[in-house]
Amino acid sequence: MRLSFTVNGRQCEADDVWEGESLLYVLRERLGLPGSKNACEQGECGSCTVYLDGVPACACLVAAGQAAGREVGTVEGLAEGDGLGAVQESFVEAGAVQCGFCTPGLLVATDDLVNRVPHPSDAEIRESLAGNLCRCTGYEKIMDAVRLAADRRASSEASRSGKTDA
Amino acid sequence: MSDHAPARSPQDLDDSIAGGIGESPTRPDGALKVRGEYAYASDLWAEDMLWGATLRSPHPYARIRSIDIGPALATPGVYAVLTHSDVPGENLYGLKIVDQPVLAVDVVRYRGEAVALVAADHPETARRAMERIEVDYEVLEPITDPELAAHDTTLPELHPGGNVVRHQPIVKGDPEASADVVVSGLYTLGMQDQAFLGPEAGLAVPAPDGGVDLYLATQDLHSDRKQTAQALGLPPEKVRMTMSGVGGAFGGREDLSIQVHCSMLALHTGKPVKMVYDREESFHGHVHRHPAKMYYEHGATRDGDLVYVRATLYFDGGAYASKTPVVVGNGTTLGIGPYAVPNVRIEGWGLYTNNPPCGAMRGLGAVQPALAYEAQMDKLADALGMDPVEVRIRNALSQGGTTPTGQVLDYPAPVAELLDRVRRLPLPAEHDSAPADIRDLPGGASNTTHGEGVVRGIGYGVCIKNICYAEGADDYSTARVRLQIIGGEPLAVVHTAAAEVGQGLVTVQQQIARTELGVERVNIHPNDTDVGPAGSSSASRQTYVTGGAVRNACEAVRDVLLQRVAARSGESIGDLSLSGGKVVSSATGVLADLADVIGDDVIEETREYHHRETYPLDEELGTSERAQVQHAFSAHRAVVDVDTELGLVKVVQLDCSQDVGKAMNPEAVIGQIQGGSAQGLGLAVMEEIRVDGGTIRNASFTDYLIPTILDMPPMNIDVIERADPNSPYGVRGVGEPPTISSTPAVVAAIRAATGKALTHTPVAPEHIIADIPR
Repeated sequence: MRLSFTVNGRQCEADDVWEGESLLYVLRERLGLPGSKNACEQGECGSCTVYLDGVPACACLVAAGQAAGREVGTVEGLAEGDGLGAVQESFVEAGAVQCGFCTPGLLVATDDLVNRVPHPSDAEIRESLAGNLCRCTGYEKIMDAVRLAADRRASSEASRSGKTDA
Repeated sequence: MSDHAPARSPQDLDDSIAGGIGESPTRPDGALKVRGEYAYASDLWAEDMLWGATLRSPHPYARIRSIDIGPALATPGVYAVLTHSDVPGENLYGLKIVDQPVLAVDVVRYRGEAVALVAADHPETARRAMERIEVDYEVLEPITDPELAAHDTTLPELHPGGNVVRHQPIVKGDPEASADVVVSGLYTLGMQDQAFLGPEAGLAVPAPDGGVDLYLATQDLHSDRKQTAQALGLPPEKVRMTMSGVGGAFGGREDLSIQVHCSMLALHTGKPVKMVYDREESFHGHVHRHPAKMYYEHGATRDGDLVYVRATLYFDGGAYASKTPVVVGNGTTLGIGPYAVPNVRIEGWGLYTNNPPCGAMRGLGAVQPALAYEAQMDKLADALGMDPVEVRIRNALSQGGTTPTGQVLDYPAPVAELLDRVRRLPLPAEHDSAPADIRDLPGGASNTTHGEGVVRGIGYGVCIKNICYAEGADDYSTARVRLQIIGGEPLAVVHTAAAEVGQGLVTVQQQIARTELGVERVNIHPNDTDVGPAGSSSASRQTYVTGGAVRNACEAVRDVLLQRVAARSGESIGDLSLSGGKVVSSATGVLADLADVIGDDVIEETREYHHRETYPLDEELGTSERAQVQHAFSAHRAVVDVDTELGLVKVVQLDCSQDVGKAMNPEAVIGQIQGGSAQGLGLAVMEEIRVDGGTIRNASFTDYLIPTILDMPPMNIDVIERADPNSPYGVRGVGEPPTISSTPAVVAAIRAATGKALTHTPVAPEHIIADIPR
């Protein structure tokens, strides 16, 4: 089948998609966007987390056809121009990246969290990221990264709204 | 790297972040990783590539009567179906013992053994073709009990020479010594999986010279190349390997997985072939941590001084040897823990069975006995009415002390200090009558308790681990360092085959080059087989040996520069050094810019680093003047809350003191301790591959659980630096110890809360609510 949907704000089309393929497969193998990772293919590890119409979802559990006409956001869309986005920057600075295979999914999940909750408590962070497995870090530096990202997001919002008010 | 490199093959890491030895610069691959642009092995892509797949045995033990590939080969979209008769070279490989077929011939020895290969135009086509391969099996009764495999001579021999892979006794002092206070126990450990997130993957590209270029994720390129070339019947120089991004390893990538299979399919079809395991296949396609059965007896004086330790350890190696010989070596030599004991008798057995093959995993062979000897130390403290930490400190090994093999520790061994420090770290607050957040209780958001039936416990664990390979191995490393002027600035490029598996070796290599050469810009060349061997990224050894090789190569480059300047300026070379991109004299100050000294030259030097020599163990007594290069130590304290009615455990806090010799990158050291501790916590309370009659019952992340961010508590981490005079910069291996001492600490804390014996790890709810007192 032919599939068309929006990825990171860009209209994309894929031809000859077999009906059994997942959104993850189409992103990785047909659209040249391998940032989202395949680590379990059953929605347990969160490495393939993407936005689907603004809501985080495991791309491995979404049949390709279900994405037709919808908006998909991946890790490749988190950068701000040539620079890193605040969440990406926080993960690097906090040392929350080791092998990095879980990182793309964690970044999307964190981006969603700090967009929804300006000042998440530790318990909220843990609950929000409980669907993203990491085998390298023991999660402590991921906690640091999310706190840092939340602070930065909140202060940039504050300065933005400050400018608007002025 | 070849000129026909596939898309997303690795490039130089040129993100040079300021910081030398002892600082904590961020990773040079960090930006690529958070952009989703870091090229992992599973991301590789080549024009016109095929997908490879592996048909695996559904039986733990069976004779193969026949294989019919006809229907599979006739499937549209299928380019090749290969069996053992297509293996071009030697159809056997192995890390220590060459005993494992590339593809099974007339017998399969485990559930999951590779039998046939398919290459097709789509992964689904390959899967469907595999279903059409008809294998006629005669199912045999599997051997699944390693203790029986050791002693029951009526069992069939799974390999020529019998079912014992290695038997090693260690005897010190009087093996029959007696003591006033005696405690004994039988301890068992389940099979743990490395559970790296990036599954096995690679892309093989057939080369015009009849060889193959393989892009892959591994821990040791040269070990892979040697085994792969042998199996392909090619000279090693025609098997070129390049490291792609590795999604974690933890020992699970030491043995071959896709290497020969992928190359065979590429050479046979003349097309690039990609293989990627899914999670279930990954569970069947790599080795696991050896399950163990361990009989222990400790004798002590009434004052608490250890008089003797006697132990017998059985390690289940499964169907093929892999690293079983080393597991037996480590398990026995380190089998009494970091304690000074005058009389020791340990017997270690590594066995062949029809269970899944077991091999390397972080803490290799030292994890298993730590659970037993630390349980024994607690039991001893209990019998003596002493504090468990005091008993440990009283018997702690120290510098100048002797191991059971007779090796004198000629470097710091601050075991007592680590125990004392870890117990002084701050404790978490006690629960009030109404805890603030139900998510902090056992069972969490499942709402299984509001505090009723919840008991807190505290436990300790301390461990010893050898660093680098042992028993006579010369596991050296090689580094090539090139210095030239690019855009008016000095640029160093470091090239090694040392696998970056997530641990941050790329960062440490940059730090060493910056410090040794006094330059800012340092690029890391991709790991490949164009440079000499680095050995495996295992045994906590890469900062030690590859760090040493990078240092040596930098020193050689520096010598060339300084000789040039000394000749020109007439100053003594001993007065010269490199700093801030300049040659500086301690007598007369800045002599020259590197840009002027180097000009258009390229200064390139390649050097090896060999650690000091080790020697084999005596086969009867286990004695050796120096069996191991270095030992590392860590101590953990665990605080747990246990719902004693439901058997649910919440680890509230996990603290660690560790000696790292020299913290080359302090933040990366902390990251290793946190990550290692999490894997140890997982082993303590949740991680076990369930094997039933030789078959894995939980080959998925739905059924094999690893800790989530909800399971991992905050940690206090206390790093001390007692330099080892024998190692580069005084470093001591960091990665493994925290995986070892965390598990017994958590189990001890659960014992303290429940009063239950808990002789099996991981501890399951049914063990806690079972009516078995300590």
